[in-house]
Amino acid sequence: MLQVLCLFVPLIAALFIPFFFKKIRNVHTGWFVLIVPLLLVIYYSTYIPSISKGGTVIEQLPWIPSLGISFVSYLDGLSLLFSLLITGIGSLVVLYSIFYLDRKKEQLHNFYIYLLIFMSAMLGVVQSDNMITLYLFWELTSISSFLLIGYWFNRDKSRFGALKSMMITVAGGMMMLGGFVLLSMMGGTFSIRDLIEQAPQLATNDTFVIALVLILLGAFTKSAQFPFYIWLPDAMEAPTPVSAYLHSATMVKAGIYLVARFTPIFALSEIWIWLVAGIGLLTLFWGSFFALKQTDLKGILAYSTVSQLGLIMSLLGVGAIAYHVDGAADTVFKYAAFAAIFHLINHATFKGSLFMIAGIVDHETGTRDIRKLGGLMSLMPVSFTVALIGSFSMAGLPPFNGFLSKEMFLTGMLSVSEFDLFNFATWGPLFPIIAWVASVFTFIYSFYFVFKTFTGKLNKEALPKKPHEAPIGMLISPVILASLVVAIFFIPNVITDLFVKPAVVAIQPFLYTSPNDVHIHVSAWHGPTPELFMTIGIIVLGLLLFFTLSKWQKVYNVLPERFTINRLYDYTMNELLGSWMTRVSGLYMTGSIRKYLVYMFTAIPVIVIGTLIFKNAFAFSFNGASPVNLYGVILVAVLVIGTITTVFAKSRITSIVALGAVGYTVSLFFVIFNAPDLALTQLVIETISVALFLMAFYHLPRFSKAEERTRFKLGRAFVSIAIGAMVTLVALSSHSQKFIASISEYYKETVYSEAGGGNIVNVILVDYRGFDTLFEIAVLAIAGISIYAMIKLRLSRKEKNYENK
Amino acid sequence: MKINNVILQFTAKFVFFIIFFFAVHIFFAGHYTPGGGFVGGLVTASAIVLLIIAFDLNTVQKLLPINYIYVVAVGLILALGTAAFSMFVGEPFFTHFFDYFYLPLFGKTSLHTAALFDLGVYLVVVGVTMTIIQTIGEDE
Amino acid sequence: MEIVMAFACGFLFMSAVYLILSKSLLRIIIGTGLLSHGAHLLILTMGGFGGSNPPVLADGVTEYVDPLPQALILTAIVISFGVTAFFLVLAYRAYQELKTDDMTQMKGSENHE
Repeated sequence: MLQVLCLFVPLIAALFIPFFFKKIRNVHTGWFVLIVPLLLVIYYSTYIPSISKGGTVIEQLPWIPSLGISFVSYLDGLSLLFSLLITGIGSLVVLYSIFYLDRKKEQLHNFYIYLLIFMSAMLGVVQSDNMITLYLFWELTSISSFLLIGYWFNRDKSRFGALKSMMITVAGGMMMLGGFVLLSMMGGTFSIRDLIEQAPQLATNDTFVIALVLILLGAFTKSAQFPFYIWLPDAMEAPTPVSAYLHSATMVKAGIYLVARFTPIFALSEIWIWLVAGIGLLTLFWGSFFALKQTDLKGILAYSTVSQLGLIMSLLGVGAIAYHVDGAADTVFKYAAFAAIFHLINHATFKGSLFMIAGIVDHETGTRDIRKLGGLMSLMPVSFTVALIGSFSMAGLPPFNGFLSKEMFLTGMLSVSEFDLFNFATWGPLFPIIAWVASVFTFIYSFYFVFKTFTGKLNKEALPKKPHEAPIGMLISPVILASLVVAIFFIPNVITDLFVKPAVVAIQPFLYTSPNDVHIHVSAWHGPTPELFMTIGIIVLGLLLFFTLSKWQKVYNVLPERFTINRLYDYTMNELLGSWMTRVSGLYMTGSIRKYLVYMFTAIPVIVIGTLIFKNAFAFSFNGASPVNLYGVILVAVLVIGTITTVFAKSRITSIVALGAVGYTVSLFFVIFNAPDLALTQLVIETISVALFLMAFYHLPRFSKAEERTRFKLGRAFVSIAIGAMVTLVALSSHSQKFIASISEYYKETVYSEAGGGNIVNVILVDYRGFDTLFEIAVLAIAGISIYAMIKLRLSRKEKNYENK
Repeated sequence: MKINNVILQFTAKFVFFIIFFFAVHIFFAGHYTPGGGFVGGLVTASAIVLLIIAFDLNTVQKLLPINYIYVVAVGLILALGTAAFSMFVGEPFFTHFFDYFYLPLFGKTSLHTAALFDLGVYLVVVGVTMTIIQTIGEDE
Repeated sequence: MEIVMAFACGFLFMSAVYLILSKSLLRIIIGTGLLSHGAHLLILTMGGFGGSNPPVLADGVTEYVDPLPQALILTAIVISFGVTAFFLVLAYRAYQELKTDDMTQMKGSENHE
């Protein structure tokens, strides 16, 4: 119970944020928020000892048991690692944000509520064993990311970036849902663990490949893989703590998580290996190549994130090869998945610190444009040191953790050339080559990032603010992360034993049964291996190209803007949807509401009467009709007279009163048709409605005298008659034929024994069909609040215009 | 022109309480005989409307200083809470519980979580109706 | 009786649609009011009027009217009240802002943002 509830702790905490923000203005709201991830990180740490030995913990809370949907918290090596990343980096980011976001100027409650929603959602994604709840949390991360990117919603770019990320990730999420549904149809369960157990049988299904591709689309869009990466650079409009948290350390790794989690199911498919490894490698190269084109500090980091995600993705793809090799646990193929997880941890540390430094530079100088920056080294020594550590780690230099995982990455890529199935014999050698080239570019942009910002000539005039070192509180988080970067280099095996090996067991259950079976020892020095020579080559060529950067950076202008993927997105959004579709819908959407009503009221009888005729559904019989009753006939007469008066009344008041009369007549109908509840309700409601009409009377316009054109009047009459005829026909046919017995028999039998009530109507409302009632009162509340808003909140037209401050 | 409303105002005070207690009665009786949260809520609202007609909005506001939007919120939370409660004891969403008790004065009484849900409905209906009437009435 | 009611419902719908298609805002609102009355009666009619007793458990009674349509109508009544009130306020606020209640003049602007 506690374990599942922990998923919702941030969500519940979010409920209290507005109170803290409104009532305690003197303390930065972030301090209260900080408690949540700190508590969670401690809670999840208690699981480390048992799970690092290969244990798993699962706890379920049934949600919709009849459909097999439940909230699950499944902790194994993989999900515990992610949970610790989410809460751990989360704590650091919240701490950082306290100093980044101004207490007086910013809408902190919005920010922290979104952030906490995200935290819950992300924990849910990595711990859900049930695919439906996984999907639910998955979309919730997209939505909270949307809200966070658009946090400064009065900036055009923020809104654009938010929409773009939402469009792409949600579209991917929908694909993934399709994949999930297909998988569950094949396996008969929503549980991922159960599906893993029947993995070989699943592969025999025809739809297996479709499910595979759909799920990969979800993972690729979320993890910003080629060609879907375009949303990530635009997402950099978010406040920097968000970029550090969502767009480098956690949310974008959800796709990685998904691929890792589903590897045991899909690893036996050739397509899986090719897609994951191939797209990952392409993304790795693409991202690292285009990072050098960027001039915005966060832009560089965004492309670098894209590239690093590609790196991890390709390693996971190569890791799936181990499935096809006998005794892979003792061969070179064992390294890839291990390297993926190891690099994931390392990337979170160094990229998190780099983002925070980019935020500090932005905060203290007022710009992130690398062309204006330079020479900050002496002014911001601490930031410079942190940036140096992060960049060197990213470049893959010792003594930083990036070196270890980069070496291992090269080992993994080299192993591909030894694999001879699935055409890998032909194309396999390309893998290490591309990986090497991409690593060179990674090296260059790492240097580009740190040295263009911190060394060179300081140009104070170009900076909007007078630069100085950041406040100490802002430096705590990046310094902690940077210390981790160094620490992991010196104690890699502690980290891998605790976190990496259990996670690898979860990814490759076909190789290992417990973390002790993973015989990989990380060491900085392997002797003169090919990896070492590759690294030396990277450093030499990288330095060479870095120093000549200004000479060849023009290369990037060769590719015309017209053919980029961004242009394709813009074209789809603006031209295809924005312009063409508007033109098409403009043909019938004229803006005249009456026309729309005529469309609807014409379509309904055409469709319904058409169905009655073609399906031969019309029937008419007197059988089972209750006898005509005198009171009933009198009431019908009153009803008709009342209605006619309502329609043809010349004055408002007559019409309103006549409508009231019709209402009271209806309540009398309820009396004679044995519906006491309805009669009571209708009577009271009619009274209140008439009171309402009379209160609003003062504000309402008089009936206009202006006559209609005869042609429209005729058409109007014709449409109304058609509707009336349709209703009568439907009522007659539904009375004359009853194919299915009413469920009411069940209600009548169980109302006392099961529901403990006597008034069946009321019991239906509060018990049998309580959902209807719940939604109904929600609708009612919305109507009430909207009325309140329409009357009380009158924004003048000028106030509404808060474009780009 | 000032209309003398003495008789209306005098009776309204009495009738208000009669209608209000009638509303409470139908609300509680609703599970066994006609009535329930909807009707109860509407009747209560109509009692307050009667007061508004007899006196005026401001006077009634002073008599019953209630922010009806909060009433709506409380009602919704109560209804949702009752429905969600069963989830925490391991039953599906919206499972109701009831049992019969012998209470002093009342004798055999059934206590039913559905009544709590119905109370939520009651509060929402009162709240929304009064919010609508009050805001329209206050609008100049 | 069901046959008679079927025609009555048809009549109510017909009048309601006729009002809804008129130019005046207030007539449209009154039309929706009529429409909901018609819909309630229609649901009741389709359920049938068989059974001689209201759907409230009582000793020695076995023939109840079908309770399901009644439960549906009960929610519908309250909802339609909320919706009518909403329309009413929407209409008079629109009238106050736009100074017209003529539907032919109320058009969404051509070049909205």
